Amino acid sequence: MIDWSGYIGLILQGAWVTVQLTLMGSALAVVVAFAAGLGRLSRFMAVRALATTYIEFFRGTSIFVQLFWVYFVLPFAGITLTPLQAGVLALGLNVGAYGAEVVRGAVKAIGREQREACIALNLTRFQAMRHIVLPQALPLMLPTFGNNAIELLKGTAVVSLISLSDMTFQAQVVRAQTGSTLIPFATILLLYFVMAWLISFGMRWLERRVSRGLDGVRV
Amino acid sequence: MSQPIIRIDNIVKRYGPLTVLDGLSMEVMPGEKLALIGPSGSGKTTILRILMTLETISDGFIQVDGEQLYHMKKAGSLVAADERHLHKMREKIGMVFQHFNLFPHKCVLDNVTLAPMLTKGMARAAAEKRAMELLDMVGLADKAKSMPAQLSGGQKQRVAIARALALSPKIMLFDEVTSALDPELVEEVLNVMRKLAAETDMTMLLVTHEMGFAHDFADRVLFFDRGKIVEEGKPEDIFRHPKQERTQTFLRKIIAAGHRV
Repeated sequence: MIDWSGYIGLILQGAWVTVQLTLMGSALAVVVAFAAGLGRLSRFMAVRALATTYIEFFRGTSIFVQLFWVYFVLPFAGITLTPLQAGVLALGLNVGAYGAEVVRGAVKAIGREQREACIALNLTRFQAMRHIVLPQALPLMLPTFGNNAIELLKGTAVVSLISLSDMTFQAQVVRAQTGSTLIPFATILLLYFVMAWLISFGMRWLERRVSRGLDGVRV
Repeated sequence: MSQPIIRIDNIVKRYGPLTVLDGLSMEVMPGEKLALIGPSGSGKTTILRILMTLETISDGFIQVDGEQLYHMKKAGSLVAADERHLHKMREKIGMVFQHFNLFPHKCVLDNVTLAPMLTKGMARAAAEKRAMELLDMVGLADKAKSMPAQLSGGQKQRVAIARALALSPKIMLFDEVTSALDPELVEEVLNVMRKLAAETDMTMLLVTHEMGFAHDFADRVLFFDRGKIVEEGKPEDIFRHPKQERTQTFLRKIIAAGHRV
């Protein structure tokens, strides 16, 4: 009879790595998404070009390849990252590229009439963005951000390829050591599902908070 | 005789191949109440939008309160205005829109206080005191904490008027402010504007299809057609004895459509 408590502990250690990757990767993705999404709407051609290049490049190449570059190629340029740093960077940049398009779409959805009201009230572009456009655009972004965060969570499994012991990696280890396939894989299935559910739940809560009073009514 | 507060000099506005305003010139005196009437597409709304810097001009000059609107002096010559110049000029002008354009995520009070706090650095307490006076003036002091979505169209428009007034502009532009309202809500907005005209010496430019209101409200009426002023004069003259055939045709159509004069 196998003593499962030790093996489950191993998987839980991996789960903690997965949680860390998801949280830090998502945080980076949000920052990058806003920077690149707003960059694509910039008045300045160079900023738009830079943002567009980033978005197209990271959407157009595989997360595996991006991860290998960050972890194995960057050291040749003198930048050596720990596996966790490399994982966060690759995941954040990858998902951030998708998020950037979400930011851009939501900002553009706040119509001309609101922008014109801002001009008539003599707000600067920054003030209009900060006080009028973004607060209304945020509720539009959140559902898709939630999707992206779940995608990122599931994408974290790729980091096992750069020797990071995430949840999927640990399950493989447990399977190899115990010979049991069902229990480790059923455990991580459940854990992934619970994590994704927590993200969904959290995003719905956030959505309700930021859209309070808006009620989707056009004014 | 004082100087005109607005002097429009030979402006041209093109959208691609379409010329909306073709060499238009006009002047507005301080405190004057002006009604701009005419068929849709005649360029009257475009003038207001140009004055609010929502559109640029293709050619010509506009002077507002003694300064160029779209140009500024730099090293002795006139160059195109930069954002900072436009920002300074916009202080003089306020606008009320056909579709209100209230900020749906902010309550009525915040809609009114936002711009004075951000653009004039007013303290919240002072901005709220002033906002409450203005909301009282438009009859909506009791709605200060309501969200825009909870208001009727007429109430929204009155909030929009209070919001524009909060910046104390010298010139107010009203762009078909009752066109989007249910008929029974029109009067409450017009009443606010009558009060405003009676109590302040603001210069007011009004684009409207409410001929009866234009008649009572305006010192001068301008009839536009195809980007030109076809006829202008005192309301009695324009509405009772229009000289130009195009003005007569337009007014006949408007009356036939059920608008009173």
